[in-house]
Amino acid sequence: MTDGMALLGPALGLSAILFSIGVAGVLLRRNVIVLFVCIELMLNAVNLSFVALAQLHGASGQVMVFFVMTVAAAEAAVGLAIILAIFRHHQSVDLQNINLLRG
Amino acid sequence: MIASRWVWLAVALPLAGFLVNGALALRRAPATRAVSIVGPGVLLAAFAVSIGVFAGLLGRPPHEPHIVTLWPWMTAGALRIDLAFQVDQLSAVMLLVVTGVGSLIHLFSVGYMREDPGYARYFAYLNLFVVFMLVLVLGANFPVLFIGWEGVGLCSYLLIGFWFTEEANANAGKKAFIMNRIGDFGVLVAMFFLWRELGTLNFAEIAARAPGALEQGGTIVTLITLFIFLGCTGKSAQIPLYTWLPDAMAGPTPVSALIHAATMVTAGVYLVVRTNVLFAMAPLSSAVVAGIGALTAIFAATIALRQYDIKKVLAYSTVSQLGYMFLAVGSAAFAGGIFHLATHAFFKALLFLGAGSVIHAMHHAYHATHSHEDAQDMRNMGGLREHMPVTFWLMAIATLAIAGIPPLSGFFSKDEILASAFARGAEMPIYYVYYALGVLAALLTAFYMARLMTMTFLGPNRTGDEERRHLHEAPWIMTGPLLVLGILSAIGGVINLPAFVGGRHALESWLEPVTAAGAAFARVELPHGTTELLLVGGAVLVGVVGLVLGYRATLGRRVATAREAPEEAGLARVLNRKYYVDEIYDAAVVRPVVWLSRVVLWKGVDQGLVDGAAVNGTAKLSRGLGWLGSRVQTGQVGLYVVLFLVGALWILRAVIR
Repeated sequence: MTDGMALLGPALGLSAILFSIGVAGVLLRRNVIVLFVCIELMLNAVNLSFVALAQLHGASGQVMVFFVMTVAAAEAAVGLAIILAIFRHHQSVDLQNINLLRG
Repeated sequence: MIASRWVWLAVALPLAGFLVNGALALRRAPATRAVSIVGPGVLLAAFAVSIGVFAGLLGRPPHEPHIVTLWPWMTAGALRIDLAFQVDQLSAVMLLVVTGVGSLIHLFSVGYMREDPGYARYFAYLNLFVVFMLVLVLGANFPVLFIGWEGVGLCSYLLIGFWFTEEANANAGKKAFIMNRIGDFGVLVAMFFLWRELGTLNFAEIAARAPGALEQGGTIVTLITLFIFLGCTGKSAQIPLYTWLPDAMAGPTPVSALIHAATMVTAGVYLVVRTNVLFAMAPLSSAVVAGIGALTAIFAATIALRQYDIKKVLAYSTVSQLGYMFLAVGSAAFAGGIFHLATHAFFKALLFLGAGSVIHAMHHAYHATHSHEDAQDMRNMGGLREHMPVTFWLMAIATLAIAGIPPLSGFFSKDEILASAFARGAEMPIYYVYYALGVLAALLTAFYMARLMTMTFLGPNRTGDEERRHLHEAPWIMTGPLLVLGILSAIGGVINLPAFVGGRHALESWLEPVTAAGAAFARVELPHGTTELLLVGGAVLVGVVGLVLGYRATLGRRVATAREAPEEAGLARVLNRKYYVDEIYDAAVVRPVVWLSRVVLWKGVDQGLVDGAAVNGTAKLSRGLGWLGSRVQTGQVGLYVVLFLVGALWILRAVIR
């Protein structure tokens, strides 16, 4: 228990940094593939904080990580398929060109 | 008192007749025979019931009215209103007049309306009218009376516009209905006042409580009576609401006889007598009632002088005679008003039915020759005496009666009214003016009636050579009721013979239990001895002079037919156009109301405020907000993410706090 507790602070800090990088990427980048990677980054940052906090609150956090990973895998499959379809349609994966939902 | 318990039958029988005739009217095939039996049959049965009720009262005249409660109608707090009929001396008299004269007019209608395509509908309406009229005169409290009051207005509207395919007829119906609504407002307000002041709407309790609860001659009782009288001016066609009655002649002639001469229009007089204690307690209101009555009597009589439509003359005559009745009840001669109501029902119904018989003959003559002349214009008549002697002689009786020639019925009733007004003059001198107006109106009445009879029945015939051969007397189903009414017009005075011919004022003492409450406050002592005989002699002289003048003025002149008649000039034109009252009302009331409704209420309030601001304004506001919202929907995922983030942080902040 002792070593793990000592790492809790740095682990959460790293998690926050990774999450912020992910958010910044989603906000700033235009390429859908990069966006997608940033979302994965955010998910894994959350995973990291789950694992870290599991040291404190028991195994449920670790179980949650498995759920997140499963969902992320499914999301990757669906998301990449959508990106593929978008590329076939637009010959581009730049978000600037994809604005069909404009009001 | 057993008979009184069956009084509801008098209402239920015509109601059944209405339902049967109404059902027959809905069928495609005409059921002339069934309608001819059911329509008058239920009325005759109701008349039989009325006689039974009357006989029951006659046997044991009670001072307490007999209240027949059918069922409780509405109960709310202290307010309890029953559907109850009041059987007393007054309602018994009205019951007899309504069902009796009503039966005769129903019989006449069988002959008059038989060939009309709306025969069953006609009798359905007529039966329904009698139902409501009986509810009106029998109601033991104001709300029940008001059902009848409104119901007869409805039936009047339906029957005036009976031939509704012509717009003028439909408009006349609407005019009558709207004018009556103005009066009905007065009755409603009076009801509210009475409830507030006395806590009851039952006539018997009003008569009992009013002397203790209201100040005699006070503002409250004056207001109440004036509001009641407003209703009476509408229903009974007095100044200023009388203009609907002449237009109401658009309906079939028997309707004019039943509704617009004998029964419905006398409802106002009945109501004043029914609430006589209130009017007796308010001398000012009584003076107003008598004054309006006297004014209306003279005003309408002058208009009748220059009318050419035979029914219009009779219509203005009715307005004038109703004025007499109000002069009577305004002079505290409540029994005198009811007396004239009854005799007027006889002779005016006779005059209208006689006119109907004439119009029937004229119409057939013109129909046979495919001529399109006016069958009601007296200028197209003349010399009809040879062709329809029965009608002529019976109408002559009615003419003498309305002119006040002894010993016919109108002489006694009119004389009593004039004597009452004169007697009241001792207390309030203004009544001497009313008396003078009444005498003058009597002169004019005799004049225009002589003119009507002369133009219609005497002198050379102006119908046309071809048409003349088709003129014929009406069938017996029409002359029969005329004959009965003729007898009643002649001897109707016996119900209230005055002392100077050996009578004992039978009707007056009969009504005494009803009028006693009012008599405690205002009592009219008829003059006796020389004064009485002078008044009577004067009234008779005026009637004879009027008749002779009217006869000579009309017979001496050559009358041009309606087609060739020159346009009138001067006073005659003013009278012929009815003092332009309709035009004045149109300019002063109708047009401003229409303008207000169209420009302010419709275009301004409805289209501008309600439609424009409220309904469409809400829609425009939502659309504007939606437009603003749609500006955010750029389709750029990046922006969505920013907004999402901002939102998430905002919620996070709220949660952490």
